Amino acid sequence: MALVIAAIVLVLAIVLRPQPLPEAQALPANHRSIETAQLRPAAAFATITDPAVRSVALFEEAGRVIQHPRCMNCHPRTDRPTQTDAMRPHMPWVTRGPDNAGAATLRCTTCHHDANFAASGVPGNPKWKLAPIEMAWQGKTLGQICRQILDPARAHMGRDQLLQHMAKDELVGWAWHPGGKRTPAPGTQAEFGALIDAWLKTGARCPA
Amino acid sequence: MSYSLTVNGQVRHVDEDGQTPLLWVLRDTLKLPGTKYGCGIAQCGACTVHVDGQPMRSCSLALEAAAGSQIVTIEAVDGPQADAIRDAWVARDVPQCGFCQSGQIMSAVALLRSVPKPTDADIDIAMSGNICRCATYNRIRAAIHDAAGSAQS
Repeated sequence: MALVIAAIVLVLAIVLRPQPLPEAQALPANHRSIETAQLRPAAAFATITDPAVRSVALFEEAGRVIQHPRCMNCHPRTDRPTQTDAMRPHMPWVTRGPDNAGAATLRCTTCHHDANFAASGVPGNPKWKLAPIEMAWQGKTLGQICRQILDPARAHMGRDQLLQHMAKDELVGWAWHPGGKRTPAPGTQAEFGALIDAWLKTGARCPA
Repeated sequence: MSYSLTVNGQVRHVDEDGQTPLLWVLRDTLKLPGTKYGCGIAQCGACTVHVDGQPMRSCSLALEAAAGSQIVTIEAVDGPQADAIRDAWVARDVPQCGFCQSGQIMSAVALLRSVPKPTDADIDIAMSGNICRCATYNRIRAAIHDAAGSAQS
């Protein structure tokens, strides 16, 4: 009898022993909400008294946008764009063609149209195309990019046009409204434009 | 909302959401199943049609963006390049399972209309967005060369 009671107690002890409750787990990556990084406003740099140092600091903050995948993917150093936050080679295999909008027989518009298309996940903009090869940014330091965009021979634009491109261009603006699971560029285009404007007004100094 | 589009020479009126992919309009609403659904994300090319003469992936084109356009599908593509491609496809016995071939042919016809005598490199660029799971790429390339020769002769 005592043996039976001992066995029952043992079984109950095993069944009713304290057990850890299930713990919350992180959602899979594709269920996470996309976070938008903030940009420091141009006014935040006013405390830097040396204009040259302030200018470099402003450009370095703007560089968080310039070197973001949303911008870099379309400034490749080859004839092929990259894509995704990982900046992997574009699939399908496409080339920039004579006008940076694709080969004559495989245009960007084969898939990309005037707006992001949620059903297929394909991004779009009326001006969808690559930056000219002279404006390749991938593989370059921020200082090299800075000197490049100030060189009209490579940038194909003066400083007023450069500011317009950064602050107002709708294709550049797509970087803040990329749709799908794509991470937007930090801040807003207006904040980015204000940084570029302040950088130009402080002498357009470049990082080393 | 109602949209008008010209499909294979006929004006068609469809009452669908403007964000419906053209592919679904062609297959489900207009009952033209020759255009295939492969991936739905513009990665495979099986859904290629001609929109105002240009090859486009119908899975990635909204109905509202296609409205007013001239659309040609595999059911009605014609002309000397299409005839040459069709003959070459049969002669080379290009398809294996055949699922991608509608898109392959639409891209190949558009290529020959743009580049009558394409090189291997021309073919590779134009056809790189059309995936074939059976890997019939060598036969596709050979058939395009054959068609280029016969379309010109």
